[in-house]
Amino acid sequence: MAAAPDKSRKPRKQAESMDRDELLQAYTTMLLIRRFEEKAGQLYGMGLIAGFCHLYIGQEAVVVGMQHCLGEGDEVITSYRDHGHMLACGMDPKGVMAELTGRSGGYSRGKGGSMHMFSKEKGFFGGHGIVGAQVSLGTGLGFSNWYRENDRVSLTYFGEGAANQGQVYESFNLSNLMKLPVVYIIENNRYAMGTSVERASASRDLSLNGVPWGMPSLAVDGMDVMAVKAAGEEAVAHCRAGRGPFLLEMKTYRYRGHSMSDPAKYRTREEVQKMRAEHDSLDAAKARLLELGLDEAALKTLDDGLKARVQEAAEFAQSSPEPEPGELFTDVLVES
Amino acid sequence: MVDILMPALSPTMTEGKLAKWLKRPGDAIKSGDVIAEIETDKATMEVEAVDEGVLNEILVEEGTEGVPVNTIIGRMGGDEAEPPAPAAAEAPKAPAKAEAPDAPAPATPAPAVEPEYGETRLMTVREALREAMSLEMRADKDVFLMGEEVAQYQGAYKISQGMLEEFGARRVIDTPITEHGFTGMAVGAAMNGLKPIVEFMTFNFAMQAIDQIINSAAKTLYMSGGQMGAQIVFRGPNGAAARVGAQHSQCYASWYAHCPGLKVVAPWSAADAKGLLRAAIRDPNPVIFLENEILYGHSSECPVADDFILPIGKAKVERAGTDVTIIAFSIMVDVALKAADALAAQGISAEVINLRTIRPLDIETIAASVKKTSRVVSVEEGWPFAGIGAEMIATVVEQCFDWLDAPPVRVHGEDVPMPYAANLEKLALPQPDWVVKAVKKLF
Repeated sequence: MAAAPDKSRKPRKQAESMDRDELLQAYTTMLLIRRFEEKAGQLYGMGLIAGFCHLYIGQEAVVVGMQHCLGEGDEVITSYRDHGHMLACGMDPKGVMAELTGRSGGYSRGKGGSMHMFSKEKGFFGGHGIVGAQVSLGTGLGFSNWYRENDRVSLTYFGEGAANQGQVYESFNLSNLMKLPVVYIIENNRYAMGTSVERASASRDLSLNGVPWGMPSLAVDGMDVMAVKAAGEEAVAHCRAGRGPFLLEMKTYRYRGHSMSDPAKYRTREEVQKMRAEHDSLDAAKARLLELGLDEAALKTLDDGLKARVQEAAEFAQSSPEPEPGELFTDVLVES
Repeated sequence: MVDILMPALSPTMTEGKLAKWLKRPGDAIKSGDVIAEIETDKATMEVEAVDEGVLNEILVEEGTEGVPVNTIIGRMGGDEAEPPAPAAAEAPKAPAKAEAPDAPAPATPAPAVEPEYGETRLMTVREALREAMSLEMRADKDVFLMGEEVAQYQGAYKISQGMLEEFGARRVIDTPITEHGFTGMAVGAAMNGLKPIVEFMTFNFAMQAIDQIINSAAKTLYMSGGQMGAQIVFRGPNGAAARVGAQHSQCYASWYAHCPGLKVVAPWSAADAKGLLRAAIRDPNPVIFLENEILYGHSSECPVADDFILPIGKAKVERAGTDVTIIAFSIMVDVALKAADALAAQGISAEVINLRTIRPLDIETIAASVKKTSRVVSVEEGWPFAGIGAEMIATVVEQCFDWLDAPPVRVHGEDVPMPYAANLEKLALPQPDWVVKAVKKLF
């Protein structure tokens, strides 16, 4: 029986969790995600991307900070707000964008769409469209590491909306019972579609939601990439040591609607503006980089390069052909 | 004097072995004393006395096998101060034998011989399933078994008996009673390359996990453009057992067979169970493996060769005939074969097809038979609406319309939740005479 964890604590040494080079690398990935998502929003407006499209703008620091804690062979799984996770895992923006446009050059050859992309090579296990389902699946990724007795860790992301689901707690129970190496990451962006966390959850501190199962946890400023990394390192180390799962609540914010078709009438424009102006993760990282001696011009060059890369992805996503009609019937079953 | 009766110790038990007497004639018995041990086909159970008194005589000696439920196994004298109670053992007054779900072994039809698979030995479906899992787990360390009570309890239906001891706790894993969570966990493990066998205590409970089975296991291969699938078997008893009521008596064949991305298998005989479960474990796709609790204890000849395995997607003609084709799966193959016997006595030669696999359906075998007989009856335990019978008959009509001499007929479970009362339950489930009547409509 594990001892009851401490109440959620502030992560330690966040300012020292990344040196200048690492922070620049993190900033680059965060900016890539933002530029990618802005372009995806634009292509959606042009009718080139259809269906559901959930943008990650505002939350970039969470996935990038966590990714900096991982090593070769670790796994990542998340919900349908997944473009940022894929880019952070190192998946090619061209393949992701071409999946958004439903083209044969996409990661799922056009058959998955925004919510369903995977890359075994990069350790990305989707992209899941059913709220909460990936929490049990991510527990299974952790299970496979436990079964194989390696020291790999599964990062399992979900929103604060999913955090009310039964299968989340079934998973917490299983993983702490079996001491599975799973870091559960609640991306608390405050709104489950249009329902604020206060209106949906009786739990006032989501970081404590693992307490009945004896799961240690941290509440983290998810708008600060260094704070995310500091907390992530503690969680990952706990898992690698065979001590079971760890829960992180990332307090974050999405600037865009739940999906492209969400007018976001459930919050004020001022609220969004305030977050963007005062808590933006990219602004914070940029300010720190300037303090550390980088100059504006270098960062501008970096941004231009990323914009060009995203533009290239957008062009690929429009020029890549649609899947052949015969693709309709492939990949239903593995033919043995 | 109070009769001590052979108790029924499970919903499907019709007989058992009187393993041991713990009291001798002349011994005083107090309420709660263990008086005997009885072996069912699932477990060894202790029988406790309800009444106080003295054991007067033993009528069935220990070691006797196949003692039918309600046999008088001993007698005891009641306390002088009190009138004797109606029954001494803890056994409830079981219903009359005639209402038991299925007559014991002799009435069970035997499967058709398949000489191509070599030497056979008599074994139960339960043993066949255990052997299939054990063989595959010995051969492939990525295969493991998880579910409720599969390990320390030795299996709720004793399928996994002894497997914990052989394979250890990392490969035979007890789960909490949380189907949604542990099924998702197993599917995640499969996405990462392991090959789980998930035992559901019954498929009724898998409804809590059906999102993970359909949305995660069955669809991921397609959604990932072929990159990532799930090699996983979901198995457990499906359909009605005996007297367990509406929430525990439902056939899920058509639920799962509806979905692309899944294979659905339903064994009948021991050979089916062993050969198909091995194939299911090796299949790179998610496979729903629908067993039947009543069949677990049924014995039939099963090939012993190390490499015995049956192909998924291939039906078997269990009985050749010329006048009508009867198609069935799982325990309904029993019903179909019994009907075929009755029909033979009336001069009608019925061909009985055991589907073995429901999806993909072996249309070739069905069509070849119907083109020969020109008449067809489907038999299933499940409900009729959008059922497997509906699918089979639609397919037959599409493919064999010009060969048919009469409209096809479906025999199926009645379109009601399963009642508890013994007589009503019997009225809800297809019986051989239903099939006989259905066939006779065609002539």
